[in-house]
Amino acid sequence: MKTSPSAQTSIEIPPTAGFPLVSQGEGAKIAARDVNVFYGDKQALRNIALDIKPNEVTAFIGPSGCGKSTFLRCLNRMNDIIDGCRVTGSINLDEEDIYHRRIDVVQLRARIGMVFQKPNPFPKSIYENVAYGPRIHGLARNKTDLDEIVQTSLERAGLLGEVKDRMDQPGTGLSGGQQQRLCIARAIAVNPEVILMDEPCSALDPIATAKIEELIDELRQNYTIVIVTHSMQQAARVSQRTAFFHLGNLVECNDTEQIFTNPQHKLTQGYITGRFG
Amino acid sequence: MQILFLIAVVLGLMLIGFRFGRLRSVRVTGGDARQLHSLPTYYGLYVALWCGLPALLLLAAWMALEPTIIRMIVLDSLPPDLLLQPDGQTINDARLSLLLTDIRNIASGNIASQSEPAVIAAAGRYASLLQVSFGAMVVVVLSVAMGGAAAAYRFIAPQFRARNRVENIIKMMMVACSLVAILTTLGIILSLLFETLRFFTEVPVTEFLFGTNWSPQTAMRSDQVGSSGAFGAVPLFAGTMMIAMIAMTVAVPIGLLAAIYMAEYAPRNVRTVVKPLLEILAGIPTVVYGFFAALTVAPLIRETGGLLGLSVSSESALAAGLVMGIMIIPFVSSLSDDVITAVPQSMREGSYGLGATRSETIKRVIFPAALPGIVGGVLLAVSRAIGETMIVVMAAGLAANLTANPLEAVTTVTVQIVTLLVGDQEFDSAKTLAAFALGLLLFTVTLVLNVIALHVVRKYREQYE
Repeated sequence: MKTSPSAQTSIEIPPTAGFPLVSQGEGAKIAARDVNVFYGDKQALRNIALDIKPNEVTAFIGPSGCGKSTFLRCLNRMNDIIDGCRVTGSINLDEEDIYHRRIDVVQLRARIGMVFQKPNPFPKSIYENVAYGPRIHGLARNKTDLDEIVQTSLERAGLLGEVKDRMDQPGTGLSGGQQQRLCIARAIAVNPEVILMDEPCSALDPIATAKIEELIDELRQNYTIVIVTHSMQQAARVSQRTAFFHLGNLVECNDTEQIFTNPQHKLTQGYITGRFG
Repeated sequence: MQILFLIAVVLGLMLIGFRFGRLRSVRVTGGDARQLHSLPTYYGLYVALWCGLPALLLLAAWMALEPTIIRMIVLDSLPPDLLLQPDGQTINDARLSLLLTDIRNIASGNIASQSEPAVIAAAGRYASLLQVSFGAMVVVVLSVAMGGAAAAYRFIAPQFRARNRVENIIKMMMVACSLVAILTTLGIILSLLFETLRFFTEVPVTEFLFGTNWSPQTAMRSDQVGSSGAFGAVPLFAGTMMIAMIAMTVAVPIGLLAAIYMAEYAPRNVRTVVKPLLEILAGIPTVVYGFFAALTVAPLIRETGGLLGLSVSSESALAAGLVMGIMIIPFVSSLSDDVITAVPQSMREGSYGLGATRSETIKRVIFPAALPGIVGGVLLAVSRAIGETMIVVMAAGLAANLTANPLEAVTTVTVQIVTLLVGDQEFDSAKTLAAFALGLLLFTVTLVLNVIALHVVRKYREQYE
């Protein structure tokens, strides 16, 4: 346990006492150091230092506009496609800087999959939605292989039973919750190491949300999961670690249980007890 | 002038009616406008509409019917011998209208070809009838306006639903406006249809639709040179299709790739400059494209063909098609760009998030999603290409050759319509009537294309919901 030297140099928030970071080499899947993000002249994130452990669910919480989604999108370089967005610092995936010149962003995104806030299935059939990733990455040698990948991905996403008779129907015709599980299946089909989820349940009803949360817990066996959520109950239910962001700063990051029972910082305390946010 | 003045008076009355209606509505509630069913403005509008609408409609009807009625009265009063020819027959329509023109000219003080006393007397009656009619019209219109306003004014009461009435009247006015567009189209179609039917009494339908020889002339005498006319429309449609095809071969790839560049690759500041610049192409008059085609492109093609040992006529389908293709690039590129930009950003992110490259995303997600809209845009460009005339006149020529060789001169439907109707023509010969038949056929073709385009676009709208 050590505190990153450059962490938390901002004005409002002093370095927190309990700031357990897994240093690199201690099995962090993703390690971010000194990450600053700018949209044009506006700074969205300040000096973020954060480790994400493998086969755990890490939740990012914080009020709107705090930068948690921005940080999530740094992890698979989705910010690259936004005009005027600039990222400094280093983010290592298995000790390899993903912002290094040699890194192919396309391969990176195949290793770090993403599920978005609003379910966004392609206007194609259910089968084609899941087969999309394996096809572009050439993961299947023949049709039988592809069928199998599609089947297992849907199975793992808990959707196979509901759609196996209508694989040729458009994915856009499913219900919201089913669409989101289809998007998860689509991400799994590429066989990523990390899955990023940007508020995956915010457009869903409670029952669909429960299903997705259950699914996230199961997926933890095989994948490292990072989830951004507005719901603190959700963070408490699904995650093992929680990071609290506020106004572009990482205020506190700790075991979920610690954060919710014994927050070290008064901002965190204020947020989880509902005093603001 | 006097009519304009009358209209201005009616409008003034409407304004006054509006004022009084609004005032009265407040007054009937004793100054508390909240007790009214509608806002005071609606009561004012109600009075104004009842004042203006019937009066103006009456005015329009009067002006439409007045000439016919006056003409009938004047003709009835003419001495019968003026309406007879020397051989005792009633004079024909042409002579009758000549006579009426004389009467009208004398009445308005212009020079006329006759000065018979009977005609001059008729002219006097004509002038006085006009005066009487105008006076009567002013009186009737103004009294209708005031009567309408007064009746509406008396209706005003707190429970009177003025807003609903006014909204209904406005709705009817909108219906009337859309009817104007529909009826105009219908009128044009009908006139085309009747003239076409007349044409088909002289030339068999089968010859027109399936004949391969187009040589539109009719003989004045049977022994005339070149008296045999032929009205086979096939070469014209073949020429039209060939030029449109060449144009689409140019416009679709260039326009589409330009659209993909603008929508997906270009930085935003490049796009804001390039897109309007491309759209300027659509603003260049087609006649300018025409002489560009005739003076630059056609000679260039002929010389190039000469170097390659091909015989190219100085007016060729290729020249016209190429330039027309340039002309319709903005249709394809601008519409496709709009459709591609309309594909939700979440589709792109979904694809990038799976590790797809930009080109994979475009080929496999964006393009299929935008395809129906792109097809709609291309079809609009096709109808534009088919309807285009100027470029073809100048660059492709007038010779109706039935050929598949784009290096020869061909002609198109629209060009032939122009040449058929230019110059002194009788309007009952097969030659001029052929123009109507061609017009109808062309209209049908473009209509079918537009229906397909609309259908495709509608289907596209249902895609993301």
